[in-house]
Amino acid sequence: MQSLLSYLNEYLLFRNFVEVIVGLDNTLLLLVVSLPIGFVLSLLFALGRVSKNKFISKPIATYIFVIRGTPLLVQIYLIYFGLGSIEFIRESFLWYLLREPFWCGVLALTINTVAYGSEIFRGGIQSVTKGQIESGLSLGFNKINLLRKIIFPIALRKVLPSYGNELILMVKATSLVSLTTYMEMTGIARKIMAKTFAPVEAFIAAGLLYLFLNFLMVQFVKYLEWKYNPHLRLEQN
Amino acid sequence: MFKFDKLVFGDLGWGDELLFATLMTITVSILSMGLGLCLAIITVWAKLITNRITRLIANFYTTVVRGVPELLVIYLIFFGGNSVVMGVAKLFGYNGYIELNALTIGTIAIAFISATYSSEVIRAAYLAVNKGQVEAAKALGLNKIQIFLRVMGPQIIRYALPGIGNVWQITLKDTSLISVTGLVEIMRQTRIASNVEHSPLTFLITAAFLYLFLTTFSGKFFKVLELNYSKGYS
Repeated sequence: MQSLLSYLNEYLLFRNFVEVIVGLDNTLLLLVVSLPIGFVLSLLFALGRVSKNKFISKPIATYIFVIRGTPLLVQIYLIYFGLGSIEFIRESFLWYLLREPFWCGVLALTINTVAYGSEIFRGGIQSVTKGQIESGLSLGFNKINLLRKIIFPIALRKVLPSYGNELILMVKATSLVSLTTYMEMTGIARKIMAKTFAPVEAFIAAGLLYLFLNFLMVQFVKYLEWKYNPHLRLEQN
Repeated sequence: MFKFDKLVFGDLGWGDELLFATLMTITVSILSMGLGLCLAIITVWAKLITNRITRLIANFYTTVVRGVPELLVIYLIFFGGNSVVMGVAKLFGYNGYIELNALTIGTIAIAFISATYSSEVIRAAYLAVNKGQVEAAKALGLNKIQIFLRVMGPQIIRYALPGIGNVWQITLKDTSLISVTGLVEIMRQTRIASNVEHSPLTFLITAAFLYLFLTTFSGKFFKVLELNYSKGYS
Protein backbone atom coordinates (compact mmCIF):
# COMPACT_ATOMS: atom_id res chain seq x y z
CA MET A 1 0.00 0.00 0.00
CA GLN A 2 2.76 2.38 1.02
CA SER A 3 4.73 1.56 -2.10
CA LEU A 4 1.66 1.99 -4.26
CA LEU A 5 1.04 5.45 -2.82
CA SER A 6 4.63 6.52 -3.30
CA TYR A 7 4.49 5.11 -6.83
CA LEU A 8 1.34 7.11 -7.60
CA ASN A 9 2.87 10.19 -6.03
CA GLU A 10 5.36 10.23 -8.88
CA TYR A 11 2.50 11.28 -11.11
CA LEU A 12 1.55 14.92 -11.16
CA LEU A 13 -2.03 14.10 -12.05
CA PHE A 14 -2.45 11.98 -8.93
CA ARG A 15 -0.89 14.61 -6.67
CA ASN A 16 -3.14 17.26 -8.20
CA PHE A 17 -6.11 15.01 -7.70
CA VAL A 18 -5.35 14.71 -4.00
CA GLU A 19 -5.02 18.47 -3.73
CA VAL A 20 -8.16 19.30 -5.71
CA ILE A 21 -10.29 16.85 -3.75
CA VAL A 22 -9.74 19.07 -0.70
CA GLY A 23 -11.84 21.70 -2.47
CA LEU A 24 -14.68 19.25 -2.99
CA ASP A 25 -16.23 20.08 0.37
CA ASN A 26 -16.30 23.78 -0.48
CA THR A 27 -18.04 23.02 -3.77
CA LEU A 28 -20.50 20.74 -2.02
CA LEU A 29 -21.11 23.32 0.70
CA LEU A 30 -22.20 25.85 -1.95
CA LEU A 31 -24.59 23.30 -3.43
CA VAL A 32 -25.95 22.04 -0.13
CA VAL A 33 -26.92 25.54 0.95
CA SER A 34 -28.14 27.03 -2.32
CA LEU A 35 -29.99 24.09 -3.89
CA PRO A 36 -32.59 23.41 -1.14
CA ILE A 37 -33.28 27.12 -0.65
CA GLY A 38 -33.47 27.49 -4.42
CA PHE A 39 -35.90 24.58 -4.70
CA VAL A 40 -38.35 25.95 -2.12
CA LEU A 41 -38.16 29.50 -3.46
CA SER A 42 -38.59 28.24 -7.04
CA LEU A 43 -41.85 26.56 -6.08
CA LEU A 44 -43.11 29.71 -4.36
CA PHE A 45 -42.04 31.93 -7.25
CA ALA A 46 -43.65 29.58 -9.76
CA LEU A 47 -46.91 29.86 -7.84
CA GLY A 48 -46.54 33.63 -7.84
CA ARG A 49 -45.79 33.59 -11.56
CA VAL A 50 -49.05 31.81 -12.40
CA SER A 51 -51.02 33.90 -9.91
CA LYS A 52 -53.85 36.01 -11.31
CA ASN A 53 -52.78 38.95 -9.17
CA LYS A 54 -50.73 41.17 -11.47
CA PHE A 55 -48.87 42.80 -8.59
CA ILE A 56 -47.37 39.41 -7.79
CA SER A 57 -46.90 37.87 -11.22
CA LYS A 58 -45.49 40.92 -13.03
CA PRO A 59 -42.52 41.58 -10.70
CA ILE A 60 -41.67 37.89 -10.69
CA ALA A 61 -41.83 37.77 -14.48
CA THR A 62 -39.49 40.76 -14.64
CA TYR A 63 -37.10 39.15 -12.17
CA ILE A 64 -37.00 35.95 -14.22
CA PHE A 65 -36.48 37.91 -17.43
CA VAL A 66 -33.57 39.92 -16.02
CA ILE A 67 -31.79 36.98 -14.39
CA ARG A 68 -32.18 34.69 -17.40
CA GLY A 69 -30.99 37.43 -19.74
CA THR A 70 -27.72 38.16 -17.94
CA PRO A 71 -24.71 35.90 -17.38
CA LEU A 72 -24.22 34.36 -13.96
CA LEU A 73 -20.77 35.95 -13.84
CA VAL A 74 -22.33 39.43 -13.91
CA GLN A 75 -24.64 38.45 -11.07
CA ILE A 76 -21.79 37.08 -8.96
CA TYR A 77 -19.67 40.17 -9.56
CA LEU A 78 -22.62 42.45 -8.86
CA ILE A 79 -23.16 40.82 -5.50
CA TYR A 80 -19.50 40.44 -4.56
CA PHE A 81 -18.06 43.74 -5.85
CA GLY A 82 -21.21 45.77 -6.41
CA LEU A 83 -23.03 45.36 -3.12
CA GLY A 84 -19.78 45.79 -1.21
CA SER A 85 -19.31 49.23 -2.71
CA ILE A 86 -22.56 50.56 -1.23
CA GLU A 87 -21.90 52.43 2.00
CA PHE A 88 -25.31 51.58 3.40
CA ILE A 89 -24.74 47.83 3.11
CA ARG A 90 -21.23 48.00 4.49
CA GLU A 91 -22.60 49.54 7.67
CA SER A 92 -25.54 47.21 8.12
CA PHE A 93 -25.54 43.72 9.60
CA LEU A 94 -25.68 42.29 6.07
CA TRP A 95 -22.01 43.04 5.72
CA TYR A 96 -21.15 40.17 8.07
CA LEU A 97 -22.49 37.82 5.43
CA LEU A 98 -21.70 39.69 2.24
CA ARG A 99 -18.04 40.22 2.94
CA GLU A 100 -17.55 36.45 2.73
CA PRO A 101 -17.17 35.17 -0.82
CA PHE A 102 -19.01 32.03 0.26
CA TRP A 103 -22.26 33.81 1.12
CA CYS A 104 -21.99 35.99 -1.98
CA GLY A 105 -21.67 32.80 -3.99
CA VAL A 106 -24.66 31.23 -2.24
CA LEU A 107 -26.75 34.34 -2.81
CA ALA A 108 -25.85 34.57 -6.50
CA LEU A 109 -26.39 30.85 -7.14
CA THR A 110 -29.72 30.91 -5.33
CA ILE A 111 -30.95 33.96 -7.21
CA ASN A 112 -29.89 32.33 -10.47
CA THR A 113 -31.39 28.90 -9.85
CA VAL A 114 -34.67 30.36 -8.60
CA ALA A 115 -35.14 32.21 -11.89
CA TYR A 116 -34.57 29.10 -14.01
CA GLY A 117 -36.26 26.74 -11.56
CA SER A 118 -39.44 28.75 -11.21
CA GLU A 119 -39.78 28.88 -14.98
CA ILE A 120 -39.45 25.08 -15.08
CA PHE A 121 -41.97 24.60 -12.27
CA ARG A 122 -44.36 27.03 -13.92
CA GLY A 123 -44.41 24.75 -16.95
CA GLY A 124 -45.14 21.82 -14.66
CA ILE A 125 -47.90 23.59 -12.75
CA GLN A 126 -49.58 24.76 -15.93
CA SER A 127 -49.45 21.26 -17.36
CA VAL A 128 -51.74 19.95 -14.60
CA THR A 129 -55.05 19.52 -16.41
CA LYS A 130 -58.09 21.42 -15.32
CA GLY A 131 -60.05 18.23 -14.76
CA GLN A 132 -57.65 17.05 -12.09
CA ILE A 133 -57.97 20.32 -10.21
CA GLU A 134 -61.75 20.31 -10.57
CA SER A 135 -62.04 16.76 -9.30
CA GLY A 136 -59.90 17.74 -6.33
CA LEU A 137 -62.18 20.68 -5.62
CA SER A 138 -65.27 18.51 -5.93
CA LEU A 139 -63.80 16.18 -3.31
CA GLY A 140 -63.66 19.13 -0.92
CA PHE A 141 -59.90 19.82 -0.96
CA ASN A 142 -59.01 23.26 0.29
CA LYS A 143 -56.40 25.32 -1.55
CA ILE A 144 -53.41 24.15 0.45
CA ASN A 145 -54.33 20.49 0.21
CA LEU A 146 -55.03 20.89 -3.47
CA LEU A 147 -51.49 22.21 -3.95
CA ARG A 148 -49.89 19.68 -1.63
CA LYS A 149 -51.71 16.54 -2.73
CA ILE A 150 -52.59 17.14 -6.37
CA ILE A 151 -50.82 19.99 -8.14
CA PHE A 152 -47.30 19.65 -6.73
CA PRO A 153 -46.97 15.86 -7.05
CA ILE A 154 -48.18 15.88 -10.65
CA ALA A 155 -46.17 18.96 -11.61
CA LEU A 156 -42.94 17.86 -9.94
CA ARG A 157 -43.11 14.45 -11.55
CA LYS A 158 -43.42 16.05 -14.97
CA VAL A 159 -40.57 18.50 -14.54
CA LEU A 160 -38.08 16.10 -12.96
CA PRO A 161 -35.98 15.63 -16.13
CA SER A 162 -35.69 19.36 -16.82
CA TYR A 163 -35.11 20.20 -13.17
CA GLY A 164 -32.40 17.54 -13.19
CA ASN A 165 -30.75 19.46 -16.02
CA GLU A 166 -30.92 22.61 -13.95
CA LEU A 167 -29.28 20.80 -11.02
CA ILE A 168 -26.38 19.76 -13.26
CA LEU A 169 -26.06 23.32 -14.53
CA MET A 170 -25.85 24.41 -10.90
CA VAL A 171 -23.04 21.96 -10.16
CA LYS A 172 -21.17 23.49 -13.07
CA ALA A 173 -22.07 27.02 -12.03
CA THR A 174 -20.34 26.63 -8.66
CA SER A 175 -17.01 26.85 -10.50
CA LEU A 176 -17.68 30.53 -11.22
CA VAL A 177 -17.62 31.35 -7.52
CA SER A 178 -13.87 30.66 -7.68
CA LEU A 179 -13.53 34.03 -9.43
CA THR A 180 -14.44 35.75 -6.16
CA THR A 181 -11.42 34.21 -4.39
CA TYR A 182 -13.51 31.39 -2.97
CA MET A 183 -11.28 28.31 -2.95
CA GLU A 184 -13.36 25.50 -4.35
CA MET A 185 -12.19 22.92 -6.87
CA THR A 186 -11.68 25.25 -9.83
CA GLY A 187 -9.92 27.79 -7.63
CA ILE A 188 -7.55 25.15 -6.30
CA ALA A 189 -6.90 23.82 -9.81
CA ARG A 190 -6.05 27.35 -10.86
CA LYS A 191 -3.65 27.68 -7.92
CA ILE A 192 -1.98 24.38 -8.74
CA MET A 193 -1.56 25.53 -12.31
CA ALA A 194 0.16 28.70 -11.18
CA LYS A 195 2.44 26.63 -8.96
CA THR A 196 3.38 23.77 -11.29
CA PHE A 197 3.00 25.39 -14.74
CA ALA A 198 1.24 22.22 -15.85
CA PRO A 199 -2.26 23.40 -16.77
CA VAL A 200 -3.54 20.22 -18.40
CA GLU A 201 -2.89 17.98 -15.40
CA ALA A 202 -4.38 20.49 -12.96
CA PHE A 203 -7.60 21.07 -14.86
CA ILE A 204 -8.09 17.42 -15.81
CA ALA A 205 -7.92 16.50 -12.13
CA ALA A 206 -10.66 19.03 -11.35
CA GLY A 207 -12.64 18.06 -14.46
CA LEU A 208 -12.72 14.40 -13.40
CA LEU A 209 -14.15 15.36 -10.04
CA TYR A 210 -16.85 17.53 -11.64
CA LEU A 211 -17.71 14.70 -14.02
CA PHE A 212 -18.05 12.37 -11.05
CA LEU A 213 -20.26 14.86 -9.19
CA ASN A 214 -22.49 15.28 -12.22
CA PHE A 215 -22.65 11.52 -12.68
CA LEU A 216 -23.92 11.20 -9.11
CA MET A 217 -26.44 13.97 -9.77
CA VAL A 218 -27.74 12.18 -12.87
CA GLN A 219 -28.11 8.93 -10.92
CA PHE A 220 -29.95 10.80 -8.16
CA VAL A 221 -32.41 12.34 -10.62
CA LYS A 222 -32.87 8.96 -12.30
CA TYR A 223 -33.67 7.42 -8.91
CA LEU A 224 -36.21 10.16 -8.19
CA GLU A 225 -37.82 9.61 -11.58
CA TRP A 226 -38.03 5.89 -10.87
CA LYS A 227 -39.45 6.48 -7.41
CA TYR A 228 -42.09 9.03 -8.34
CA ASN A 229 -43.27 7.43 -11.56
CA PRO A 230 -44.38 4.01 -10.30
CA HIS A 231 -46.95 3.79 -13.08
CA LEU A 232 -44.21 3.96 -15.71
CA ARG A 233 -42.05 1.20 -14.21
CA LEU A 234 -41.82 -2.04 -16.11
CA GLU A 235 -43.58 -4.86 -14.32
CA GLN A 236 -41.10 -7.08 -12.56
CA ASN A 237 -42.04 -10.72 -12.74
CA MET B 1 -23.75 55.60 -6.16
CA PHE B 2 -24.60 55.15 -9.83
CA LYS B 3 -22.34 57.53 -11.72
CA PHE B 4 -23.94 58.36 -15.05
CA ASP B 5 -21.16 60.79 -15.91
CA LYS B 6 -18.68 57.91 -16.16
CA LEU B 7 -20.64 56.38 -19.03
CA VAL B 8 -20.33 59.26 -21.53
CA PHE B 9 -18.46 58.80 -24.79
CA GLY B 10 -15.04 60.31 -25.26
CA ASP B 11 -12.08 60.69 -22.92
CA LEU B 12 -14.10 61.46 -19.82
CA GLY B 13 -16.22 58.36 -19.76
CA TRP B 14 -16.22 54.72 -20.73
CA GLY B 15 -19.06 54.81 -23.26
CA ASP B 16 -16.98 54.20 -26.37
CA GLU B 17 -14.87 51.53 -24.68
CA LEU B 18 -18.01 49.72 -23.61
CA LEU B 19 -19.43 50.00 -27.11
CA PHE B 20 -16.31 48.39 -28.58
CA ALA B 21 -16.45 45.73 -25.89
CA THR B 22 -20.07 45.01 -26.83
CA LEU B 23 -19.07 44.67 -30.48
CA MET B 24 -16.32 42.27 -29.37
CA THR B 25 -18.84 40.19 -27.43
CA ILE B 26 -21.10 40.05 -30.49
CA THR B 27 -18.16 39.08 -32.71
CA VAL B 28 -17.01 36.30 -30.41
CA SER B 29 -20.56 35.02 -30.00
CA ILE B 30 -21.23 34.88 -33.72
CA LEU B 31 -17.86 33.32 -34.55
CA SER B 32 -18.10 30.68 -31.86
CA MET B 33 -21.74 29.94 -32.64
CA GLY B 34 -20.80 29.41 -36.31
CA LEU B 35 -17.79 27.27 -35.50
CA GLY B 36 -19.87 25.45 -32.90
CA LEU B 37 -22.59 24.67 -35.46
CA CYS B 38 -19.98 23.22 -37.86
CA LEU B 39 -18.54 21.10 -35.04
CA ALA B 40 -22.06 20.09 -34.02
CA ILE B 41 -22.90 18.91 -37.55
CA ILE B 42 -19.74 16.78 -37.57
CA THR B 43 -20.64 15.40 -34.14
CA VAL B 44 -24.18 14.57 -35.23
CA TRP B 45 -22.86 12.89 -38.34
CA ALA B 46 -20.43 10.88 -36.21
CA LYS B 47 -23.26 9.82 -33.93
CA LEU B 48 -25.68 8.83 -36.66
CA ILE B 49 -23.49 6.83 -39.04
CA THR B 50 -23.19 3.17 -38.14
CA ASN B 51 -19.58 3.28 -37.02
CA ARG B 52 -18.97 2.34 -33.45
CA ILE B 53 -15.69 4.23 -33.07
CA THR B 54 -16.90 7.61 -34.32
CA ARG B 55 -20.01 7.25 -32.20
CA LEU B 56 -17.90 6.47 -29.15
CA ILE B 57 -15.70 9.51 -29.75
CA ALA B 58 -18.67 11.80 -30.30
CA ASN B 59 -20.49 10.54 -27.22
CA PHE B 60 -17.33 10.89 -25.13
CA TYR B 61 -16.88 14.45 -26.34
CA THR B 62 -20.43 15.59 -25.62
CA THR B 63 -20.63 13.83 -22.25
CA VAL B 64 -17.32 15.16 -20.99
CA VAL B 65 -17.71 18.75 -22.15
CA ARG B 66 -21.26 18.97 -20.84
CA GLY B 67 -20.29 17.46 -17.52
CA VAL B 68 -17.42 19.82 -16.82
CA PRO B 69 -17.85 23.50 -15.89
CA GLU B 70 -17.47 25.92 -18.79
CA LEU B 71 -14.83 27.84 -16.89
CA LEU B 72 -12.68 24.72 -16.62
CA VAL B 73 -12.94 24.07 -20.37
CA ILE B 74 -11.88 27.64 -21.05
CA TYR B 75 -8.96 27.42 -18.63
CA LEU B 76 -7.89 24.13 -20.18
CA ILE B 77 -7.97 25.47 -23.73
CA PHE B 78 -6.48 28.83 -22.78
CA PHE B 79 -3.57 27.49 -20.76
CA GLY B 80 -3.17 24.13 -22.48
CA GLY B 81 -4.08 25.13 -26.03
CA ASN B 82 -0.77 26.71 -26.88
CA SER B 83 1.21 23.57 -26.11
CA VAL B 84 -1.18 21.50 -28.22
CA VAL B 85 -0.81 23.88 -31.16
CA MET B 86 2.96 23.88 -30.79
CA GLY B 87 2.94 20.09 -30.67
CA VAL B 88 0.97 19.96 -33.91
CA ALA B 89 3.31 22.52 -35.48
CA LYS B 90 6.27 20.38 -34.43
CA LEU B 91 4.80 17.48 -36.36
CA PHE B 92 4.93 19.66 -39.44
CA GLY B 93 8.52 20.61 -38.71
CA TYR B 94 8.03 24.04 -37.15
CA ASN B 95 9.89 24.47 -33.89
CA GLY B 96 9.26 28.11 -33.05
CA TYR B 97 7.07 29.52 -30.34
CA ILE B 98 3.46 30.06 -31.28
CA GLU B 99 1.03 32.02 -29.22
CA LEU B 100 -2.60 32.15 -30.18
CA ASN B 101 -4.33 35.40 -29.38
CA ALA B 102 -7.13 35.61 -26.87
CA LEU B 103 -9.81 36.03 -29.53
CA THR B 104 -8.88 32.77 -31.27
CA ILE B 105 -8.60 30.83 -28.02
CA GLY B 106 -11.82 32.26 -26.66
CA THR B 107 -13.72 31.54 -29.85
CA ILE B 108 -12.46 27.95 -29.97
CA ALA B 109 -13.26 27.36 -26.30
CA ILE B 110 -16.80 28.72 -26.52
CA ALA B 111 -17.34 26.87 -29.80
CA PHE B 112 -16.35 23.60 -28.13
CA ILE B 113 -18.92 24.19 -25.42
CA SER B 114 -21.72 25.44 -27.64
CA ALA B 115 -21.22 22.57 -30.12
CA THR B 116 -22.20 20.01 -27.51
CA TYR B 117 -25.53 21.75 -26.94
CA SER B 118 -26.18 22.38 -30.65
CA SER B 119 -25.39 18.78 -31.54
CA GLU B 120 -28.18 17.51 -29.29
CA VAL B 121 -30.60 20.00 -30.84
CA ILE B 122 -29.63 19.11 -34.41
CA ARG B 123 -29.72 15.39 -33.71
CA ALA B 124 -33.22 15.65 -32.29
CA ALA B 125 -34.31 17.75 -35.28
CA TYR B 126 -32.86 15.23 -37.71
CA LEU B 127 -34.66 12.37 -36.01
CA ALA B 128 -37.91 14.37 -35.94
CA VAL B 129 -38.18 14.49 -39.72
CA ASN B 130 -40.50 11.78 -40.92
CA LYS B 131 -38.61 8.99 -42.70
CA GLY B 132 -41.50 8.52 -45.09
CA GLN B 133 -40.60 11.82 -46.71
CA VAL B 134 -37.14 10.55 -47.66
CA GLU B 135 -38.76 7.50 -49.20
CA ALA B 136 -41.25 9.67 -51.05
CA ALA B 137 -38.40 11.84 -52.35
CA LYS B 138 -36.53 8.72 -53.48
CA ALA B 139 -39.65 7.51 -55.23
CA LEU B 140 -39.78 10.81 -57.09
CA GLY B 141 -36.25 10.17 -58.31
CA LEU B 142 -34.36 12.81 -56.31
CA ASN B 143 -30.72 12.06 -55.69
CA LYS B 144 -29.03 12.17 -52.29
CA ILE B 145 -27.91 15.79 -52.50
CA GLN B 146 -31.30 16.96 -53.67
CA ILE B 147 -32.99 15.06 -50.86
CA PHE B 148 -30.76 16.73 -48.33
CA LEU B 149 -31.06 20.24 -49.75
CA ARG B 150 -34.75 20.27 -50.60
CA VAL B 151 -36.43 17.80 -48.27
CA MET B 152 -34.38 17.16 -45.15
CA GLY B 153 -32.47 20.42 -44.80
CA PRO B 154 -35.34 22.91 -44.56
CA GLN B 155 -37.24 20.69 -42.16
CA ILE B 156 -34.20 20.12 -39.94
CA ILE B 157 -33.75 23.88 -39.76
CA ARG B 158 -37.40 24.33 -38.85
CA TYR B 159 -37.29 21.77 -36.07
CA ALA B 160 -33.89 22.92 -34.78
CA LEU B 161 -34.46 26.70 -34.76
CA PRO B 162 -36.13 27.05 -31.34
CA GLY B 163 -33.39 24.96 -29.75
CA ILE B 164 -30.65 26.76 -31.65
CA GLY B 165 -32.10 30.03 -30.35
CA ASN B 166 -31.67 28.73 -26.81
CA VAL B 167 -28.11 27.63 -27.54
CA TRP B 168 -27.40 31.08 -28.93
CA GLN B 169 -28.52 32.67 -25.67
CA ILE B 170 -26.33 30.27 -23.69
CA THR B 171 -23.38 30.98 -25.98
CA LEU B 172 -23.85 34.72 -25.68
CA LYS B 173 -23.86 34.48 -21.91
CA ASP B 174 -20.90 32.08 -21.89
CA THR B 175 -18.75 34.64 -23.68
CA SER B 176 -18.64 36.55 -20.40
CA LEU B 177 -16.42 33.74 -19.11
CA ILE B 178 -13.64 34.33 -21.61
CA SER B 179 -12.93 37.59 -19.84
CA VAL B 180 -10.58 35.41 -17.75
CA THR B 181 -8.35 35.05 -20.82
CA GLY B 182 -7.86 38.80 -21.02
CA LEU B 183 -9.96 39.37 -24.14
CA VAL B 184 -11.54 42.79 -23.80
CA GLU B 185 -15.24 42.03 -24.12
CA ILE B 186 -18.04 43.47 -21.97
CA MET B 187 -17.08 41.70 -18.76
CA ARG B 188 -13.35 42.45 -19.02
CA GLN B 189 -13.97 46.09 -19.91
CA THR B 190 -16.37 46.34 -16.97
CA ARG B 191 -13.75 45.04 -14.56
CA ILE B 192 -11.10 47.40 -15.95
CA ALA B 193 -13.40 50.40 -15.77
CA SER B 194 -14.65 49.64 -12.28
CA ASN B 195 -11.09 49.18 -11.03
CA VAL B 196 -10.05 52.51 -12.48
CA GLU B 197 -13.09 54.45 -11.34
CA HIS B 198 -13.62 52.59 -8.03
CA SER B 199 -17.26 52.26 -8.88
CA PRO B 200 -18.08 48.61 -9.58
CA LEU B 201 -21.82 49.07 -9.22
CA THR B 202 -22.09 51.58 -12.09
CA PHE B 203 -20.27 49.43 -14.59
CA LEU B 204 -21.64 46.06 -13.52
CA ILE B 205 -25.21 47.32 -13.82
CA THR B 206 -24.34 48.73 -17.23
CA ALA B 207 -22.89 45.37 -18.23
CA ALA B 208 -26.04 43.61 -17.05
CA PHE B 209 -28.13 45.96 -19.18
CA LEU B 210 -25.89 45.41 -22.20
CA TYR B 211 -26.27 41.64 -21.91
CA LEU B 212 -29.99 41.97 -21.35
CA PHE B 213 -30.23 44.13 -24.46
CA LEU B 214 -28.25 41.62 -26.53
CA THR B 215 -30.20 38.56 -25.37
CA THR B 216 -33.57 40.24 -25.81
CA PHE B 217 -32.87 41.53 -29.28
CA SER B 218 -31.31 38.35 -30.57
CA GLY B 219 -34.28 36.48 -29.09
CA LYS B 220 -36.60 38.65 -31.17
CA PHE B 221 -34.48 37.94 -34.25
CA PHE B 222 -34.79 34.19 -33.70
CA LYS B 223 -38.57 34.54 -33.29
CA VAL B 224 -38.72 36.16 -36.74
CA LEU B 225 -36.56 33.41 -38.23
CA GLU B 226 -38.77 30.74 -36.69
CA LEU B 227 -41.87 32.34 -38.16
CA ASN B 228 -40.17 32.50 -41.53
CA TYR B 229 -39.20 28.82 -41.50
CA SER B 230 -42.62 27.59 -40.40
CA LYS B 231 -44.52 29.51 -43.05
CA GLY B 232 -45.94 26.35 -44.52
CA TYR B 233 -47.46 25.33 -41.21
CA SER B 234 -49.09 28.49 -39.92
